[in-house]
Amino acid sequence: MSFKNTLNSAHSKWMDAEGPEADIVLSSRVRVARNLAGIPFPHLLDAQKSEDVIHAVRLALVNKEEPELLGGLEISGLGELSPLDRQLLVDKHLISPDLLKNFQSKAVVLREDEVVSIMVNEEDHLRIQCLLPGLQLKEAWDIINRVDDDLEKTLDYAFSEKLGYLTSCPTNVGTGMRASVMLHLPGLKITKHLGGVLGTIVKLGMTVRGLYGEGTEAVGDLFQVSNQITLGQSEEEIINNLESITRQILTQEHAARNALYNDRREVIEDRIYRAYGALRYARVLTSEEAMRLFSDLRLGLELKMISAVPARVLNELMVKIRPAFLIKSAGRELSGYQRDVLRADLVRKEFEGLPC
Amino acid sequence: MLCERCGQRQATVHFTEITNESKQETHLCEVCAGEIKPQGFVFAPQLSLQNFLVSLLNQELGGGGYGIPADTVRKCESCGVAEGQFVKQGLLGCGSCYPNFEEKILPLLRRVHGSTRHTGKVPERTGGRARLVKELDKMRDQLKEAVSREEFERAAVLRDNIRQLEKSLEEGAES
Repeated sequence: MSFKNTLNSAHSKWMDAEGPEADIVLSSRVRVARNLAGIPFPHLLDAQKSEDVIHAVRLALVNKEEPELLGGLEISGLGELSPLDRQLLVDKHLISPDLLKNFQSKAVVLREDEVVSIMVNEEDHLRIQCLLPGLQLKEAWDIINRVDDDLEKTLDYAFSEKLGYLTSCPTNVGTGMRASVMLHLPGLKITKHLGGVLGTIVKLGMTVRGLYGEGTEAVGDLFQVSNQITLGQSEEEIINNLESITRQILTQEHAARNALYNDRREVIEDRIYRAYGALRYARVLTSEEAMRLFSDLRLGLELKMISAVPARVLNELMVKIRPAFLIKSAGRELSGYQRDVLRADLVRKEFEGLPC
Repeated sequence: MLCERCGQRQATVHFTEITNESKQETHLCEVCAGEIKPQGFVFAPQLSLQNFLVSLLNQELGGGGYGIPADTVRKCESCGVAEGQFVKQGLLGCGSCYPNFEEKILPLLRRVHGSTRHTGKVPERTGGRARLVKELDKMRDQLKEAVSREEFERAAVLRDNIRQLEKSLEEGAES
């Protein structure tokens, strides 16, 4: 039942724009990599062995000791979903683009509220992920930790006393944990301080990526900052590090926004209202332009210059304007141009009901 | 043919994008192609972590797995993955590859993580000894703290517990 809801709606819990520091931190994510002992890593498995891994996870889900605490977790083979639905899961940030490769041997587990998802047979046998709105890294780790404990009651993990959780790629070994925050940094971008700040973050052992993870471009002034090191630090240390670095970035971004607001108010206002106008009345919209305008509008919202469009609506729109959702709502194949028209249509309708 | 995006200039750039089962052709002028590039098409920089790792590994193996003759390439006893394969993909074959290729992997881990020792979570059921060792570390820290705060009664209890735990670990190691 929950899968059907997930695939028919652009909404996901992380888009609620609640949580602490939600004016800059869109979402917090923690994921851990786990592998089953005695079974080669996914890239070496044939169809039958991959199915065995999925079966083991299925069993672990049935054996959960605290079903209420963890919420209803439902599993589906990726092959059982349509190509559009698979893409939609990527667009909603519930699975990685990598899970779509050789999808027949892969599966996904979702909690009803989409806060917890598990990718089965991606680079590792299990990638357990928790995604929450705002700056909630500790909360996300707490949830992951409990889900992990519960699964481990049934599953034998590949674990070494010395090296910790053993992973397919040595860059993940140890905690197997990657914690990340999705940040909206238009202030630093406009004031041209972004390069310096991001450069410092990298020196501190963090990685900066675009909206859809590794190898993707930063669109809409959105940046994902995550830890690089997984060995030699405990989960709590990694989370605390990332949180304190994030707070530093927040201070910088706030300072940049204040400077813009105080010194160049008209310029910023002009930019924000132009974005509003374009989104409200455009007839053809590429996703690139839409993302840029969303960023401007989001800044207006965060500076409290405009209140018509709640952040929740903008978060949902980021998924709704993606090709997969457009094609799904149209119910047929669309050319690039047709998508741009439908995208403008959809955004306009969303804005029509809102007061200016 | 006119550009699909602006509808004004001649289309000179033609993309074919294949996503799973659907194939899509896009015809653009140079201006629009330049603008659209970062979003729609994957020109992602290939300096990914994996590629970086592969080059580190090449160094570790003394200049490259490609050049190593097949018969001298060691294989993991459990999964059959050869050193050279690991070097190409940056992925190990199974958990046993870690101990089997230890002398290659440890220097790599030191470079990537600055450490070769896990200090984080230990699984409850499969953690075994590691769990006790971690508990021991925690108690030693508590003991130091108790001593520095001059809480000697608490320190004495902790010291006895630590001794007991150490003893059971030693016995476990012998058997």
